[in-house]
Amino acid sequence: MNGPLLEVVDVAKRFSVGTRFSRQGLRTVHALDGVSFTVMPGETLGLVGESGCGKSTLGRCITRLYDLTSGTLRFAGTDISSLSQRQMRPMRRRIQMVFQDPYASLNPRRRVRDLIAEPLRVHSAMSEVDIGKRVAELLDIVGLKPDHAMRFPHEFSGGQRQRIGIARAIALNPELIVLDEPVSALDVSVQAQIVNLLADLQERLNLTYIFIAHDLSVVRQVSTRIAVMYLGSIVEMGSADDIFARPAHPYTQALISAVPVPDLAAQGSARRIVLTGDVPSPVNPPSGCRFHTRCPIAQERCRSERPALTEQAPGRKVACHFPTQLASSG
Amino acid sequence: MLKVRDLTVSFRTEQGIVRAVDGVSFDVGEGELLGVVGESGSGKTVSLLAVMGLITDPNAVIAGSIQYRGRELVGLKPRAMRELRGKEIAMIFQDPMTALTPVYTVGWQIAEQVLAHNKVSKAAAWQRAIDLLAEVNIPKPEEAAHRYPHQLSGGMRQRVVIAMALSCNPALLVADEPTTALDVTVQAQILDLLHKLRRNHGSAIVFITHDMGVMAEIADRMLVMYAGRVVERGTKQELFSAPMHPYTRALLDSIPPLTGEKPHRLKVIPGTPPNLLNRPPGCAFAPRCEMRFEKCTAEPSLGSAAHAAACFKVPA
Repeated sequence: MNGPLLEVVDVAKRFSVGTRFSRQGLRTVHALDGVSFTVMPGETLGLVGESGCGKSTLGRCITRLYDLTSGTLRFAGTDISSLSQRQMRPMRRRIQMVFQDPYASLNPRRRVRDLIAEPLRVHSAMSEVDIGKRVAELLDIVGLKPDHAMRFPHEFSGGQRQRIGIARAIALNPELIVLDEPVSALDVSVQAQIVNLLADLQERLNLTYIFIAHDLSVVRQVSTRIAVMYLGSIVEMGSADDIFARPAHPYTQALISAVPVPDLAAQGSARRIVLTGDVPSPVNPPSGCRFHTRCPIAQERCRSERPALTEQAPGRKVACHFPTQLASSG
Repeated sequence: MLKVRDLTVSFRTEQGIVRAVDGVSFDVGEGELLGVVGESGSGKTVSLLAVMGLITDPNAVIAGSIQYRGRELVGLKPRAMRELRGKEIAMIFQDPMTALTPVYTVGWQIAEQVLAHNKVSKAAAWQRAIDLLAEVNIPKPEEAAHRYPHQLSGGMRQRVVIAMALSCNPALLVADEPTTALDVTVQAQILDLLHKLRRNHGSAIVFITHDMGVMAEIADRMLVMYAGRVVERGTKQELFSAPMHPYTRALLDSIPPLTGEKPHRLKVIPGTPPNLLNRPPGCAFAPRCEMRFEKCTAEPSLGSAAHAAACFKVPA
């Protein structure tokens, strides 16, 4: 297949909060607003941004755990944005998800064998014997022992649980896996194990990932391309190396500069951009550029006119009226 | 100013005795920032809770000595401890939502602390609360004081918790992962704030974190903990440029770099931290250590040098 595996076109998601009778009345949260991108087979798209920027909502929209408010999702050429839950079923074996919290995402009353076998039982006509074999095989792939199959989730550490979640996600040989903060609940030493496991599986099983995380160094490590989100929209997109080497959007620059680096040599040289204030409420997003309230270089135009995500350099899109120029060095 | 010697905290559980902290010793000097790093379960939080006298579990047994400015804190009467806590030694907790009461305004919660330790009028305490909110850079402190915790963002709540800890100008501040629950941009604000407060108040700070990046930024000296013990101690410079313990080295190596060449695979520490119920005999890190040899079945000691590691491969 030469086309993109996933096309996201102008996707919006709004939630209603409150009721007509609550003090502030019925309000709308603009969780996602005009998000568009494509994902090519075999690549990893990293989605980064602060909490509340809509990255997890986007992940859940792609897997159709949420219905879109508007916009189009095309998976391998098929429009899946308006499929009913029943019509969506055959697609689900091709799009899987791994969740953030390995404690909450595994049913504590079921054995590992059943947790991993469930997608197989739902989606395939395999015999119990074959399912047993497949579960053993999956346990081996994710680095667990065969005798772990009969245990319950509470007997495992966080890293091992995340391996179970991954085994369950790859059980049906999916093409696309949405990973929603798969390592952020884990300790650093275990985090690296899971990051390596995901990289191995991608190579071995030809997987395409959408990797959602707020830890920038992890995202840089795993992603081929990165989309930076702020208040429900993508503000910058490009290859992972390029974005980290030369961020063009002032938000991306601030985000990258805010990460404390475990390297004393880099401490003195790094110039930190400390953003003032908090992320505005998505109930009442600011006019114009949504970042203008915290932007160090905001001007009059930013308050009134919303910048579109436009191509600044080949493969590099930025939504800013005054981006740092890339052309000369690219 | 703080001298901890052979601190051991064990919990009686149904499965047996868990030694969460096992023979930990460290010092904190006046005005110093000591960073404590370790993974979850390494005992970093429990050892500092013991310093605060906040381990109230009847199944906990605390042994060893904790001296604050020459005064022994282990076995101190709860009443005497209460006078010290909040006034001389204060703590900032990890999760600012659970550290605040949802049913009172933040101004009231800060003023309460001021009233508990000083003989001042309620009006003066309220004024002090507003001053403190201003000091931690909360915009419009008079209005913010009337807010409830749920009306504030995570970063604002953490500022309130810091304001509360500062209310009596403590000489020692214990910060337990104060930025872990926050986004990086907000974390940068809070770290800046802590820098400023240190300059203005000169308090000593014990900063617990699992983030080596944060350590590199703020610490003077560091302790690295593993399975309830201190495995390495030294200044920040020593630990980052010449880490001695294999665990410290592996920890630094397993962090993906933010600049430069991407490694094809990350270096990993195989396995998982030991279960404290049946800790392996000898060095607790040995089962995961790539340098282990025959001697590791015995227990390595930390030694007394300023930069020391509890490892047989390290010349003492």
